[in-house]
Amino acid sequence: MAPAKADRQHRSPYSPALGLRFLLLAGLSILLLVTDHGNNHLDAVRKTIGATVYPLRVVVDAPVSLWRWIGDTTSSRNELQLENSRLNAERLLTQARLQRYAALEAENTRLRAMLEATASVRDRVRVAKIMSVSSNPFRHVLVVDKGTRDGVFDGQALIDADGVVGQIIEAGVLSSQGILISDPDHALPVEVNRNGLRTIAVGTGEFDRLVLPFLPNNADIREGDLLVTSGLGGAFPAGYPVAIVDSVVRIPQEPFAAVSAQPSAALNQVREIMLIWSVVNERSDEVAEQESPEAVATEKSADE
Amino acid sequence: MSNDRYTRPQPIIVSIILALMLAIAPIPTWAEPFRPDWVTLTLIYWTMNLPRNYGIGWAWIIGLILDVAQGTLLGQHALALSLVIYLTVTFHLQMRQFPPLQLSVTVCALLGLYQFILFWINGVAGVNTPAVTYWGPVLIGSLLWPLMTFLFGGVRYRAQNRR
Repeated sequence: MAPAKADRQHRSPYSPALGLRFLLLAGLSILLLVTDHGNNHLDAVRKTIGATVYPLRVVVDAPVSLWRWIGDTTSSRNELQLENSRLNAERLLTQARLQRYAALEAENTRLRAMLEATASVRDRVRVAKIMSVSSNPFRHVLVVDKGTRDGVFDGQALIDADGVVGQIIEAGVLSSQGILISDPDHALPVEVNRNGLRTIAVGTGEFDRLVLPFLPNNADIREGDLLVTSGLGGAFPAGYPVAIVDSVVRIPQEPFAAVSAQPSAALNQVREIMLIWSVVNERSDEVAEQESPEAVATEKSADE
Repeated sequence: MSNDRYTRPQPIIVSIILALMLAIAPIPTWAEPFRPDWVTLTLIYWTMNLPRNYGIGWAWIIGLILDVAQGTLLGQHALALSLVIYLTVTFHLQMRQFPPLQLSVTVCALLGLYQFILFWINGVAGVNTPAVTYWGPVLIGSLLWPLMTFLFGGVRYRAQNRR
């Protein structure tokens, strides 16, 4: 131990070949950057390093969790009773709605069966806690506390109680990273609920605004229209609310209308989100529709 | 100077871990553009004072951890941090002689360079972000520098005297 210590103290900071070491590391960084850009060949590396960061995240999150726990345990009886009655009322309402939903679901399945298409109405959902949100204001990335151990996969959709939040971009073992729909790099296939008009909603870097840049001036869209996921592209299951159109500006000289929408989900306020597992994969659904009825029948039986 | 004396590594490792935690701690959205580069500041301090023990290799590995923690391209923070630390090692003797104000200005320049590299790589990779948001961390970081030298000075004194 002693000789090593002495050696370390008499070592010059400039040797061995500081400049060379720097060039080597810089070259290695650039190699990593090029390899990492646009594909996920380095997923294994990311996951390994991510596992070392996980304990740090848990510690950083601890004060917030503690604060919430204290708030939960010390809330007064009165408050609890109020909340209880509110929740009861809410439950009654949702149950009433659910009764209609059950009938609609049955009708939908029947109609789809008539059209010989596979039914994909029911999705499996699991609640996850958000551990941290990206520190970069123009990259809306969050970390959730579920990983591949819980069945999370890359590209999985994230929703909250009001609508679509984002999707998983990198599923680690214990925690995963997700991208929000408001990230400037994120685009989401949507349709107008009123008339089925399909388009793409792109993030802007602001939590309360999405834009729809690919709508021609004569498109049938107005303020107040609800946008839902179209299910095209396969990443998101169809039919979840995404945003409500809040401004439509048509400039006659321009080829496209300037349409912006406000996300239904409270993107910068959520603490808990839900991960969705579609029971029937949307992509296989689309493929099945193009194939012959026999193929559909076999796929159906395989699913059951 | 007392710089060449043996220094216990534990306080330094703890300070780097603390800086990493501050870098990923959740803060309100409006405050995000003003979050200082805790890790860069900490590494500049330790490299300037103990260039033999904490050099470019450490900075590169910590940069990779930052890349994963913040979800940026792998190698982005690693490249920026290793360049800043390379310059710090090269000029550490001069920097130790600087009066406090001049040292703060130098640190400001290093932080600016760090943010510029991040900005530049983002630009090349097609992640579009307005350049204005990169100035907050640089300014706050150089304002925090005197406080950090004061704090870490105490840490270093203890680490070197309690053997």
